[in-house]
Amino acid sequence: MNTAVHVENLSKSFVVGKRLLGPPKGIVKALHPLNLDVEKGETLGIVGESGCGKSTLARMLVGLLEPTTGLIEISGEPLQNTDPALFGRKIQYVFQDPVSSLNPRKTIRQIMEAPLVHLHGLGRDERARRISEIFEMVSLREEFLDRYPHEFSGGQAQRIGIARALTADAQVIVLDEPVSALDVSVQAQVLNLLADLKRQLNLTYLFISHDLAVVEAVSDRIAVLYFGSIVEVGTAAEVFSSPRHPYTKLLAESAPVVGRPLKAPENAETELPDPLDPPTGCAFRARCRNAIAECAASSPSLEGPANHQAACFNPLS
Amino acid sequence: MRQFFALLFRNRLAAAGAIVMAIVVVLALLTPVLPLADPDVTNTGDRFIRPFSDGHLLGTDHLGRDLLSRLLWGTRLSLAVGFAAALIAATIGSAIGIIAGYFGGRTDNIIMRGVDMLMAFPYILLALAIVAALGPGLFNALIAVAAVNVPFFARNIRGITVSIAHKEFVDAARLSGMGDMRIILSEVLPNVIPVIVIAMSTTIGWMILETAGLSFLGLGSQPPQADLGSMLGEARSALITNPHTSIVPGAMILVIVMAINLLGDGIRDALDPRLKSGALSRPKPATLVDKNRTEMPPGDPEALLSIRDLRTEFRIKDKIYKAVGGVDLSVRPGECLGIIGESGSGKSVTALSVMGLVSSPPGIITAGSVAFKGEELVGASYKTLRAYRGDRVAYIFQDPLATLHPLFRIGDQLTEAITSHHAIPKKEANQRAIELLRAVRIPNAESRAKSFPHELSGGMRQRVGIAMALANDPDVIIADEPTTALDVTVQAQILALLNDLRRERGLAIIFITHDFGVVAQLCDRVAVMYAGRIVEEGDSADILGNPVHPYTSRLMACVPELGGGKRELEAIPGLPPVVNNLPAGCAFAERCANRQPQCTNQEIELIGTGSRSVRCLFPEKSLVEDRELQ
Repeated sequence: MNTAVHVENLSKSFVVGKRLLGPPKGIVKALHPLNLDVEKGETLGIVGESGCGKSTLARMLVGLLEPTTGLIEISGEPLQNTDPALFGRKIQYVFQDPVSSLNPRKTIRQIMEAPLVHLHGLGRDERARRISEIFEMVSLREEFLDRYPHEFSGGQAQRIGIARALTADAQVIVLDEPVSALDVSVQAQVLNLLADLKRQLNLTYLFISHDLAVVEAVSDRIAVLYFGSIVEVGTAAEVFSSPRHPYTKLLAESAPVVGRPLKAPENAETELPDPLDPPTGCAFRARCRNAIAECAASSPSLEGPANHQAACFNPLS
Repeated sequence: MRQFFALLFRNRLAAAGAIVMAIVVVLALLTPVLPLADPDVTNTGDRFIRPFSDGHLLGTDHLGRDLLSRLLWGTRLSLAVGFAAALIAATIGSAIGIIAGYFGGRTDNIIMRGVDMLMAFPYILLALAIVAALGPGLFNALIAVAAVNVPFFARNIRGITVSIAHKEFVDAARLSGMGDMRIILSEVLPNVIPVIVIAMSTTIGWMILETAGLSFLGLGSQPPQADLGSMLGEARSALITNPHTSIVPGAMILVIVMAINLLGDGIRDALDPRLKSGALSRPKPATLVDKNRTEMPPGDPEALLSIRDLRTEFRIKDKIYKAVGGVDLSVRPGECLGIIGESGSGKSVTALSVMGLVSSPPGIITAGSVAFKGEELVGASYKTLRAYRGDRVAYIFQDPLATLHPLFRIGDQLTEAITSHHAIPKKEANQRAIELLRAVRIPNAESRAKSFPHELSGGMRQRVGIAMALANDPDVIIADEPTTALDVTVQAQILALLNDLRRERGLAIIFITHDFGVVAQLCDRVAVMYAGRIVEEGDSADILGNPVHPYTSRLMACVPELGGGKRELEAIPGLPPVVNNLPAGCAFAERCANRQPQCTNQEIELIGTGSRSVRCLFPEKSLVEDRELQ
């Protein structure tokens, strides 16, 4: 088996405005049914802006959220019930906000021991050995173990968050915006640490971020999410050198870059569609310069060679 | 824990409460061993003896029982019942609250509606009903008082639990393989306990009163057993003729409840993290200015706004955080100056110091000058500052959701911003508000003016934030990371808008950011800050193309740029220094590859050639050399 993560037809809808009697006010489709495969040892970058469904996807992958439809297979084994403990041994999660992901009233040792006790049932000596091994890997000093989370800076706290994910000994790690709360000088340290760990432990990463440049620097493959659907997926080199979906191109052009003059790549009126009242056809068509009649009629599906697919009726060449 | 007691005893009233309470509790505990008369032995011959008589320090009651003895035994009983009721109510109520808050959804709904029904009864009626059902007696009164207070705890604790159950560390615990029960006990409960203690400490006095109330009505302790309520009840008939029989237990109830409430408030203040960080101390309207500061002549006369050797500190307890340690900056009309730095570098504090907006205490400006068109603002009166704030110098902040008032329509907020500086008719101001919304390219400005902030998207809200800043046609806008919270596509729109506005209106902008891309696209000049000081300053194209300070060049190398492919990133080892313990000399030396012994044993000046300056002894390239090369 070379597939680390296999996701089939996975979707999530949220019911909004529940009422005591009668039907709810509406249903928001946070994630439209999607298929995804991640090879062992690969880093899949998932890019999208706020509200595109990337966190919903991440939380379903680790079992924190129950999918509405679909199947998740980690290392060839299907995981259908939402039991994070079952997921925990196979797939782990690194949170965006390093400080709030650590319980303020527990020492780092207590936090680090939890997965070892509850997932692996290790004894005291075994735990201490494992923790010092992992602390060594993420270059944290062992004296930190008896301190409380508030004593650490964001970068150190994120190292602790990564260390905790490693203690579970999972082969797949979902990184949900792991560096966006950190300062740039610390961000690079953490990204390099993640790359080292991946090499050493042969991990598979799903790296979620809104920052295209960061994703490009770490990913083998990229999936671009817009309004709950993958609009473009392919090898990182392909997607960035010749984006085929207009949204990917818009994202790339919007990122401020040294040496490129400032211009607004689109008009002010363009906003995300209303999730309670989604548009027909392609969700991006209102912002799209290449929109054609077909875009309003039906939603496009991913098409193209395996190494670069886009969901667009009129893709950029 | 020691810190908790220190905080508690700094509050004098709480300390007094604690001392009184300690005395009462010790007396109650010692009652059985004290040489007291039997509280229940009647001697009708000695009835109603006045206080301070021989053998009866507090006199006797209508059956000739020693009041002192009855008082102490009664206090003992009342305290025990009060504490027990509080403990029971807190345990049951908190358990209900935690379960409802943690599981949410239907469980929450059913439990909380039940609690609401309990709360719908007047508490004394409910207590009476319970005692009536169970029959009179102290133990039943205890149950009634506890039951009546369960909803209070349940509601309080549920609210806190809901916010904790959605924290990321609870998700993390789930992924560590913990079950619901274990998460409740080991993750949620420790974070809720302070709130339970606060709720208990503020209600325990109330529960003692309620128990006394039931006993007073004859439903609590039964004769001859004494508790404070029944003593009062029995003395009622002799209230006029022999008032001391009522005054003695009454005064005791007063003392106990007062002491407990004072102590409870003290505990609450000491435990509540918001109060600890000074939420109750109202910040001054303008930042404090050190009276003994060294005054500075204002700098650059051509500049619109000129800052010289500005120093701002935060004094928290015995620590001094030198957030801004001598900053020189100036901005001319129509110019955009970028301030770039990481968190804690002092860029925001510099910006807030300009208009005296750093909250005081703990902030204080200790030196320097800020001059607007030649007028000194450091040490200026609040009235002067207020006239400038929002009128000549306006701010745009990072999070418009936090800066806009959630309960007012955005049009009204804009109108208010205008009318607070200019006495113009409301209608005209309204018209101007709509024009402003149009100027920041908000579609359908008339109808959008009637929206509330939460009805707008992040990008639209920040446009409103910009419109607010533009309301009085200011000369300078200070934008503190205005696009950091926004998506990149929206950020591009906002940056383009700011750039257009500055060209249209000749605005000077001070733009604070951590993003080199933004600086390159928007700013004419840029100052790089590190640990409260400017380390490099100059034309932005010049600096970004040719960084000279090792920090600038290393920081730029850290940032991945689009188009580079998968790669190892350059990282700066180590962490920025903490500003309450700055190293001597160069603050960056510890992380610097070019470091020499000279770097850490002397003050390093910002030296410049013309438009470019750098604070470094061993820059990547000498500035002079650099000039010659060009």
